[in-house]
Amino acid sequence: MQRIGVFVCHCGSNIAATVDVKKVAEMALHEPGVVHAEDYQYMCSEAGQEKIQKAIKEKNLTGLVVCSCSPRMHETTFRNAAERAGLNPYMVEIANIREHCSWIHKDIEEATEKAVILMRAAVAKVNLDAPLKPGESRVTKRALVIGGGIAGIQTALDIAEAGYPVDIVEKTPSIGGRMSQLDKTFPTLDCSSCILTPKMGEVNAHPLINIYTYSEVESVSGFVGDFTVEIRKKARSVDMNKCTGCGVCQEKCPSKKTPSEFNRGLNTRSAIYTPFAQAVPNVPVIDRDACIKFKTGKCGICSKVCQAGAIDYDQIDEIVTEKYGAIVVATGFDMIKLDKYDEYAYSQSKDVITSLELERIMNAAGPTGGHLERLSDGKAPKEMVFIQCVGSRCADDRGKSYCSKVCCMYTAKHAMLIRDKYPDTNVTVFYIDVRTPGKNFDEFYRRAVEDYGVNYIKGQVGKVIPQPNGKLLVQGADLLDNKQILKEADMVVLAAAIEPNPDVRKIATMLTASIDTNNFLTEAHAKLRPVESPTAGIFLSGVCQGPKDIPETVSQAGAAAVKAIGLLAKDKLLTNPCTAHSDELLCNGCSQCANVCPYGAITYEDKEVNDHGIRETRRIAVVNDALCQGCGACTVTCPSGAMDLQGFSNRQILAEVDAICR
Amino acid sequence: MKTEHSRAEMIKEISGVNPLKCMKCGKCSASCPSYNEMDIKPHQFVSYVINEDIESLVRSKSLWKCLSCFACVERCPRDVKPGKLIDAARQIVVRERGGNYLLADDIPELVDPDTPQQLLVSALRRYRR
Amino acid sequence: MKYSYFPGCTLKNKAVDLDHYARVSAEALGFELEEISEWQCCGGVYPLGTDEIATKLASVRALNDAKEHGQDLVTVCSACHHVIKRVNDDMKNVDDIRTRANNYMKLDEPYEGETTVLHYLEVLRDRVGFDELKKKVVKPLTGKKIGAYYGCLLLRPGKLMAFDDPENPTIMEDFIRALGAEPVIYPYRNECCGGYISLKEEDMSKNMCRKIEESAAGFGADMLITACPLCMYNLNKNNGGNLPVYYFTELLAEALGLKEEVDEQ
Repeated sequence: MQRIGVFVCHCGSNIAATVDVKKVAEMALHEPGVVHAEDYQYMCSEAGQEKIQKAIKEKNLTGLVVCSCSPRMHETTFRNAAERAGLNPYMVEIANIREHCSWIHKDIEEATEKAVILMRAAVAKVNLDAPLKPGESRVTKRALVIGGGIAGIQTALDIAEAGYPVDIVEKTPSIGGRMSQLDKTFPTLDCSSCILTPKMGEVNAHPLINIYTYSEVESVSGFVGDFTVEIRKKARSVDMNKCTGCGVCQEKCPSKKTPSEFNRGLNTRSAIYTPFAQAVPNVPVIDRDACIKFKTGKCGICSKVCQAGAIDYDQIDEIVTEKYGAIVVATGFDMIKLDKYDEYAYSQSKDVITSLELERIMNAAGPTGGHLERLSDGKAPKEMVFIQCVGSRCADDRGKSYCSKVCCMYTAKHAMLIRDKYPDTNVTVFYIDVRTPGKNFDEFYRRAVEDYGVNYIKGQVGKVIPQPNGKLLVQGADLLDNKQILKEADMVVLAAAIEPNPDVRKIATMLTASIDTNNFLTEAHAKLRPVESPTAGIFLSGVCQGPKDIPETVSQAGAAAVKAIGLLAKDKLLTNPCTAHSDELLCNGCSQCANVCPYGAITYEDKEVNDHGIRETRRIAVVNDALCQGCGACTVTCPSGAMDLQGFSNRQILAEVDAICR
Repeated sequence: MKTEHSRAEMIKEISGVNPLKCMKCGKCSASCPSYNEMDIKPHQFVSYVINEDIESLVRSKSLWKCLSCFACVERCPRDVKPGKLIDAARQIVVRERGGNYLLADDIPELVDPDTPQQLLVSALRRYRR
Repeated sequence: MKYSYFPGCTLKNKAVDLDHYARVSAEALGFELEEISEWQCCGGVYPLGTDEIATKLASVRALNDAKEHGQDLVTVCSACHHVIKRVNDDMKNVDDIRTRANNYMKLDEPYEGETTVLHYLEVLRDRVGFDELKKKVVKPLTGKKIGAYYGCLLLRPGKLMAFDDPENPTIMEDFIRALGAEPVIYPYRNECCGGYISLKEEDMSKNMCRKIEESAAGFGADMLITACPLCMYNLNKNNGGNLPVYYFTELLAEALGLKEEVDEQ
């Protein structure tokens, strides 16, 4: 018989305001095996943990139930406390009476009743708990970073600087990401390329960093410390070792009509191309969908002009398999498509553009050589209108529910740069709120208004009306003056919402990392573990976790690196002992468990068994403890009840259900 | 006489609109083709209901200037539907005794030989019980 | 293919052309419009109040009649289409309205939004196909520059009407192309003509129609087409006669070579 102690936490008023904690403790004393029960304001505090340890020693407790917050929050805390007092940590069960009870109930009586039931179920489980001992697994001291934008670059550099090798996998032909498309950066107005390209060079030159560009993650298996990843290196059609990056092939390529991804489709590129002049690596790829040689078999000009003989039309995709201890996701973002916002005439007028398109227009290496001009007729605009929150902060299914966070600041930047470079051009910004929470951010915005004369109008635009004379009539609201405004503009710039890179869903599925309704990766804890995924060994860097600007991205990239380094620095990890086992007398070798196991942890062996005196050789499921993650899929699938999970045995779960239904 | 509170509740119920969803962006007022004819502007409908100043709302000439063109409903990023709110206020008026905005006797003077039936039935439905 | 047809009050009276041209063209295009017996006026505008039931019953009757005939329900008038489509959505998705309407109707089998409601233009696009229509054109309207006037009722609310992109529609432009004419895209094609406001506030409607016509003419249109008798009325009344307005079915009949036949009737 167990000697169980029950500890009920108030969590300040989080639990105690809705649950009668004293009553829960009192009721616990009536449960089988319970010899001690008490409540305390903060069980997780040092003083609370001491109470637990004191009770373990004084009452010779063999098992604990802590009625508190989610086990995600403090299971480890209480297990460690129990272990310090000499108790096996797996003899501790948590009854979640906060998230599952006090936070979702209003009525004290109802909540208390439920808390008592949850406590009862946990006691029933502890009564059947047995001490468990974790195993050990090795840590592969190499990290994978998915995505080669500023987030991935910074994370890779920080991990490599700590002495661990890093691979970056980047989908496009060059690293650099969105930041490489930006012209200037707020709030200091330094040139984006000038601060990014040195970092790109540094990553490229770092002896511990290996970059796979034009590559994608194909599959991920394994677990924290020991991931196996297949990387598809797409056929570049150019030999990376031979190419000198001279650029002649791009010049001579006769297929020049493909919209340039880098310039957001505002101009075109050749079929053999590097996305931009400072690309890393400076080795082009052949876009086989656009290449005449691949489409018709005729051409081959690039091959003829290449002095280095680097063109290789026969290259095929290559799969590289590599092992990693930690994986960092840095897949970044894109702008939303604006096809559902045609009241702004984006698809009807060339002079209605997105802010990212404006970045390319303002950039010296962009499609207009850095001259601000209308894409319809090349004329310099005299009236510019910026529209904020296009697709951000939406409650309908056209846009995104969140604030994209960067638009207020980059619009102030655009407005200021335009007023500075083209003093004759007027700039009007239609805004709902100007959000500037950041160091020197509000000052920056005020400079746009006070020093540069940017006209900020509080109110949204209803419609952009193209005029027969080529101008755009902007019909908006001025809420402070209570007027409907009709403003003639030469160009309209839309601050389109940003959204996570659409590929992230696929990647998250491969990593079994959770993702929210907006496709942002979920952090393990919103405040205390913001750069870790709930899936062990997976870390988050940059906008894949939520909208953020460059300084925030770089900070988070560093934080993700530190977490990855903390993992890579360990030689061994303790494994979860809650793994599945098969009862060889019950197993009939049907293979159903192996079919559902997501970790490939189950194999079959022919084993000699002694079934009530009958000796025979049977095909029996065997679980590899190092691979099993304790998900329990096999235990519910097994038709003969042979599979059981340590720490969550079928008996224990039924006992919990019985306790709840009692 | 109903209280302002109960009339505000009635507007919310008839319209099915939750005015608290509004973020005060003004896109409704930016879209409204009748904006200049209105004394209470589309983006203000919401605050009259929230502040329970229904008397001002039902006396507003905006009630009779709204075209039910649904431009505000279509473009509202918060799914507030100001056009439905103003229709509910209109309903409160026409459902009261003597609240009809259009009397049958007025009609002969308002029509011409080309007036389509559609115009009359539409106006009758919007303007009177 | 046979469709249940709801002509509506105006098509029986001031807009008989809209109706006649639609019927003969349908025949030529291989589908039949079978008029619902004893249909009642849809009311012209959709009753927005969530507590309005009686005002929706005429639409429910028509919808149920189509259901009993196992046919899709076709309308030509924008207003009828708008009202019936929205009431159908209520019957499908709003429990309270469905229950109460059925309580009134006392049908053998409750109506639950089973009928598909189509505008005539949708039949042309989705059932006949504009490519097919193009093949049947005998008198292409070559050289005509036509502005499509959509107005409000066909397009909004976009999610419910599910007719076309409410801010940048293409169905009428594709229709115009199929007839061999050139569509003129202009930004006021989905702005309101004033609707019922023209009864008591003539100036407001005048102002709106002027903007529509100036915009269309500015982009080079030499005529407008519409599906709505009220839009037609407002545009004609407020137009200095500069820009003629036609029902889309009239141009359809003309391109199919059937116009004279109808006009003789």
